[in-house]
Amino acid sequence: MRQLDFERRHRDAWEQLRLLLDDLERSRRKRRHSRAELARLPSLYRELCNHYAIARSRHYSPALEQQLHELVLRGHRQLYSGRSAELWRLVQFIAYGFPRALRRQIRYFWLAAVLLVLPGLLVGGFCYLQPELIYSVMDEDQVAGMEAMYDPGNRKPGRSLERSAETDMMMFGHYISNNIGIGFRTFAGGMLFGLGSVLLLLFNGVAIGAVAGHLTRVGYQDTFWSFVSGHGAFELTAIAICGASGLILGHALIAPGQLTRLDALKRRAREALPLVMGAAFMLLIAAVIEAFWSSGTAAVEIKYGVAGLLWLLVVYYLGFAGREAHGTG
Amino acid sequence: MLDTTRRYETPEGIALGLRIAGPVVRSCAWAIDMLIRAGLYLAIAIPFSFLGGLGFGLSLVVFFLIEWFYPVFFELRQGATPGKKAMGLEVIQDNGTPVSWSASLLRNLLRAADFLPFLYAAGLASMLLNRNFQRLGDLAAGTLVVYRDKATQRHELPEVTPIHPPQPLTREEQRTLLAFAERTPLLTAERQVELAEILSALSGRQGTAAVTELHAYASWLAQGR
Repeated sequence: MRQLDFERRHRDAWEQLRLLLDDLERSRRKRRHSRAELARLPSLYRELCNHYAIARSRHYSPALEQQLHELVLRGHRQLYSGRSAELWRLVQFIAYGFPRALRRQIRYFWLAAVLLVLPGLLVGGFCYLQPELIYSVMDEDQVAGMEAMYDPGNRKPGRSLERSAETDMMMFGHYISNNIGIGFRTFAGGMLFGLGSVLLLLFNGVAIGAVAGHLTRVGYQDTFWSFVSGHGAFELTAIAICGASGLILGHALIAPGQLTRLDALKRRAREALPLVMGAAFMLLIAAVIEAFWSSGTAAVEIKYGVAGLLWLLVVYYLGFAGREAHGTG
Repeated sequence: MLDTTRRYETPEGIALGLRIAGPVVRSCAWAIDMLIRAGLYLAIAIPFSFLGGLGFGLSLVVFFLIEWFYPVFFELRQGATPGKKAMGLEVIQDNGTPVSWSASLLRNLLRAADFLPFLYAAGLASMLLNRNFQRLGDLAAGTLVVYRDKATQRHELPEVTPIHPPQPLTREEQRTLLAFAERTPLLTAERQVELAEILSALSGRQGTAAVTELHAYASWLAQGR
């Protein structure tokens, strides 16, 4: 068959598909097509693929080939694109998707937790016993600033300034951008064969441990521990989870198993992503608690009580949310 | 075929051509996005600064969202950030479909690794070592940055009486004749003649007559007599 006859015979089908694709490429509200028209998309598209293959094998003109290729490309995108994100899926993700994803990767979580907590305990213990050791972790100004923050004479702990509702909001913004940013970087550090994640975990463990040990030694334990214990439930756990997600990337790159490094990375990164997103959600909660509750003036006993409840909540959520009666979820 | 075109075979057995974008054009796109983001930061910081601590806190939250999720927002909405769109680029999955939300999140969270140790050095190294110009985030997310195909205006073959070519032509030669006829409207008259006279030995014509003669052959190839 000659090219022009071929075109004449199939032009209408191509035009029909083109109009449908034009419509589908518009935003959802502006679409005009009916259900019946949409149902024709797969058959129109497969027919087009057939025509494109024929046009190529019969060496029809390059312009025709180009025209059909563009249509094939657009059809392929519409037919094979994934489902879009919906609000409901976000709710499902938080309700059980994230805890389940974490439990599937629990070994990485324990490793990350050890990398965070062990240096914290060691350095914290040494700083508690050795007064001058804190200065090898941070400089004098930082130590002085930190002591001022948790001075029992300070009416609102956690900050050296007199805090008001306004500074609460300011600190909230700071916690969001700083802490979630650290979480994301801990994940991204996994791309350096896991090294970045490990270093960030160690570094955070050392810094937190040093501060805790030092402040306990100088006798500010009540202001410090009552301030950090509440949001710490969410924050420390989330940092360990971000570390775990980075370790997953690192593991894929170091020991890809039977896959190529690239394939292993692609597969494991998809598994690690829910961990990071869930951890970001936990850090968001931590920021709310830290800005509006931890800095409050409630009695120390109440703060410890709430902190205990929050830790239980985190353990219960991560350990049991989304488990089915007889499933392994 | 240029070596930056990648073939992806669809389930229908069709080879899709994807034109991969290189580091230079992507840097330009990044610079444009950077300017837009800087403008956004200013536009937000100035009015919020009148709100005191509250405004400062809010602007920090917004800055954080812009820093990490500006590309995600635009990639999911229209397949490309404004900078990429201005450079005619878009982000797609390596199977030719639009970028999914998880892939977009991955490639943009891992931007932090690409940035190391300074100014996207790791990302650039990764792009130069990789035949698809993927930075680390692209590798993990399985995404490509490609040129967005503009809908091309198709030119019809010139209307002339078909003439049977004086001798049998190979497939390649037939396609070359057809391509010449279709591209004629894009060429100057002098260039048309210049190209057509390459085949003077075949057509036996000179000047514009040679052009018309080749059009007649092309017309015959496309539609017969």
